[in-house]
Amino acid sequence: MIRRVIISILAPFFAVILAFLLGAVVIVLLGENPFYVYKVLFSNSITNVDGWGYVLFNATPFIFSGLAVALAFKGGLFNIGVEGQIYMGAFAAAWIGITVNLPPVLEMPLAFLFAMLIGGLWGLIPGFLKARFGAHEVINTIMLNFIAMALTNYLVNNPFKEQGQINPIPQTKELYSGAIIPRVYPLLNKIGISISSSVPLNYTLFLALLFCFFTWYLLERTRWGYEIKAVGLNPKASRYGGINPAYITMITMFLSGALGGLGGINDVMGYRYRFLDGFSHGIGFTGIAVALLGKNNPIGIIFASILFGILDRGALAMDVFTNTPRELIKVIQAVIIIFVAVGNELIFRLLTRLERERE
Amino acid sequence: MQDNYILETQNIAKHFPGVLANDNVSIRIREGDIHSVIGENGAGKTTLMNIIYGLIRPERGKILLRGKEVNVSNPAVAIKLGIGMVHQHFMLVPPFTVWENIALGKEITKRGRLDKDRTYSELDKLMKDYRFSVSLDEKVEGLPVGIAQKVELIKLLYRGVEILILDEPTALLVPQEVEELFETLYALKSQGKTIIFISHKLKEVLRISDRVTVMRKGKVVGELDRNEADEETLAQLMIGKTLEPLHSVASERGEEVLRLENIKLSPKLKQINLSIYKGEILGLAGVEGNGQRELLEIITGLAFPEDGRIFFLNKEIQHIDPRAIRELGIGFIPEDRQSMGLILDFSVAENIILGKHYKAPYTIGNKLNLPIIYQATEEIVKKYDVRTSSIYKPVRFLSGGNQQKVILGRELSSNPVVLIASQPTRGLDIGATEMIHSLLLDTKKEGRAVLLHSSDLDEIMSLSDRIVVMYEGEIVSILSPKKVDETTLGLYMTGMRKDPI
Repeated sequence: MIRRVIISILAPFFAVILAFLLGAVVIVLLGENPFYVYKVLFSNSITNVDGWGYVLFNATPFIFSGLAVALAFKGGLFNIGVEGQIYMGAFAAAWIGITVNLPPVLEMPLAFLFAMLIGGLWGLIPGFLKARFGAHEVINTIMLNFIAMALTNYLVNNPFKEQGQINPIPQTKELYSGAIIPRVYPLLNKIGISISSSVPLNYTLFLALLFCFFTWYLLERTRWGYEIKAVGLNPKASRYGGINPAYITMITMFLSGALGGLGGINDVMGYRYRFLDGFSHGIGFTGIAVALLGKNNPIGIIFASILFGILDRGALAMDVFTNTPRELIKVIQAVIIIFVAVGNELIFRLLTRLERERE
Repeated sequence: MQDNYILETQNIAKHFPGVLANDNVSIRIREGDIHSVIGENGAGKTTLMNIIYGLIRPERGKILLRGKEVNVSNPAVAIKLGIGMVHQHFMLVPPFTVWENIALGKEITKRGRLDKDRTYSELDKLMKDYRFSVSLDEKVEGLPVGIAQKVELIKLLYRGVEILILDEPTALLVPQEVEELFETLYALKSQGKTIIFISHKLKEVLRISDRVTVMRKGKVVGELDRNEADEETLAQLMIGKTLEPLHSVASERGEEVLRLENIKLSPKLKQINLSIYKGEILGLAGVEGNGQRELLEIITGLAFPEDGRIFFLNKEIQHIDPRAIRELGIGFIPEDRQSMGLILDFSVAENIILGKHYKAPYTIGNKLNLPIIYQATEEIVKKYDVRTSSIYKPVRFLSGGNQQKVILGRELSSNPVVLIASQPTRGLDIGATEMIHSLLLDTKKEGRAVLLHSSDLDEIMSLSDRIVVMYEGEIVSILSPKKVDETTLGLYMTGMRKDPI
């Protein structure tokens, strides 16, 4: 038992180390000094408080998208549509923010709930199609990404476009103050951590951590989690056990979509205070990598999100201070994913063999 | 007579973490014999065979082929040396045809393409020599288990194998298929092949073997000639104690608990009428594929009848779905224990609550009541003697017998009014089988009803109070086990005889 846990923690850890080693080879091939490049990468992200602030800010939406992918995965579903669910949820939150003017205690929960509802419904569509007609969710979630992007693109360019201003990227008008999530720096400064007021880290991070707990609780402590996992592992045995797999598939996709729907909150309510066309740039897809690296475990997802936050932050610095293109970070991310995927499989086989032999 | 040993192992030893799987194992196989190796699950038979076949390297010991030491480093070497093995789970490519499967790995080609004609003529000759009749053009995926097994045998013979190892070959076969397999084995023997037959079914072993090696806990505990062996001696050697003979116990038949009226599900079931009473074990016999599976699926709510009605304690069941059926008090031990009865990656505890996980005391509100779940699991594990190092361990890692005990414990601990048991002892060793049989008898004695579906006719005959025989989706007879023998039962099962019901 303990050995299983240790091995499953070590595997992603080694994958990350190996990925950085392989990245170093690529850097050498590009004619740069890997020590210097990695020094730049890390010194701008995790060696100072401001850097950490940016890292955590980057990590916040990944936590939501990682949870969304992980929850679906536990239910045996591959939700590649988190990106679309983020856009739909983000727009829903923005819509509340620009149309309803209430005090924050009311407006914020309302915006969150609406984001979850719309994101959830966007996830429910492929869930329903799968449950009712057996249509594969991978295809349908991918397709719905395009529709969500096109739909929000239309909305933000037409009925909800901010009037009287020329913006490089189409955007809505600013949210009412009740929907604005405050930044964390005043609190940090008050407790003696000096952090620059330009760091956009905001309270959405705590919401994300709260949802890590909710997701863990749902999966490990409730009958719904039991049924979701049962259907994910063995639909036939679930049916035998009186669980309706079609129904659970729909619930799973709704909940996964609802978590995805919160993935845009950090940007919309915590950073720009408006919906910007195409703001996500792949948060939903990174969520797949985060869930994989975090082994679909909420705690693992927090760490994986932080790692991807570091890489994103470091990529920026690398671009500015070295001749290594920021695409190198994409290479490292991809290699991590490959190593984790391969490592998972190898370790699963190893463990199965060990356990079998022991019995 | 000078014995001519074709294969010997000397002092083979193999450890697995915590287990001594093979402890100084020396066996000798005479050329042209059918040599059985028997033992309980975990006795080390399969490990030994895997060592001979090159799948596992031993830590110590030698393998001698015709008196000369050989180094079997992998199965390809084994086959080159003339040693072939048919595993319990077949290694065939389902969408390929029979001849493609046989040719795979030893293809005859003409200008880079498969030469079907020459392959065919070679296979025809081979099948004639060994009296096989298998249609070469059929796809493997549609074949019955017995035929697929023959394909495996032909595959080995096609590679010129002299020694054939068969790992529990009868585990998945129905009686008729077992007969055919034995015919085949005799034919192979008459052609001078040597056969190593792994089993724990004593009757079969006694029928077919020339010589028997008995293993227990990794050691060879006996080696007997056929004429020295009988069922009792072998059983005693195998399990290290004497075995109680199995027989049913008389009990009072109570009220009708389940009644099916004109149940139809085309094309598998035509007009089924059946009653089950409290305090009886109703045996369900038939050659596989004659509608038994569908019948059980309907009773357990997994399938919907097209027509007909089901009554439980004289009240019609309106809402047929697995949860509703369970709520009535119908427990089910399914035939596919790994794919339906268990969620292999769930822990023992999580599997113990499957089917009742949603209600008290296991769930309060929507929250799982973990202390109660673990406590109940500990009790069940103890009561039903499930051997596991921990209840948090995935059932995947338990042996087949212990997996079945998890299912049995789960179903019986809900105190079902009716217990449907489908192939409850298939593939299990004697110890586990014995325990399951006595649990079924206890269930009946407590006044519950048991519907026992099994392809093990011994089991059906000795446990049942009445036997229902199905053939082509119909009930062709309801028999009393006291007034019928296996041959007659076989006539009903194969449709040669039918009673007006």
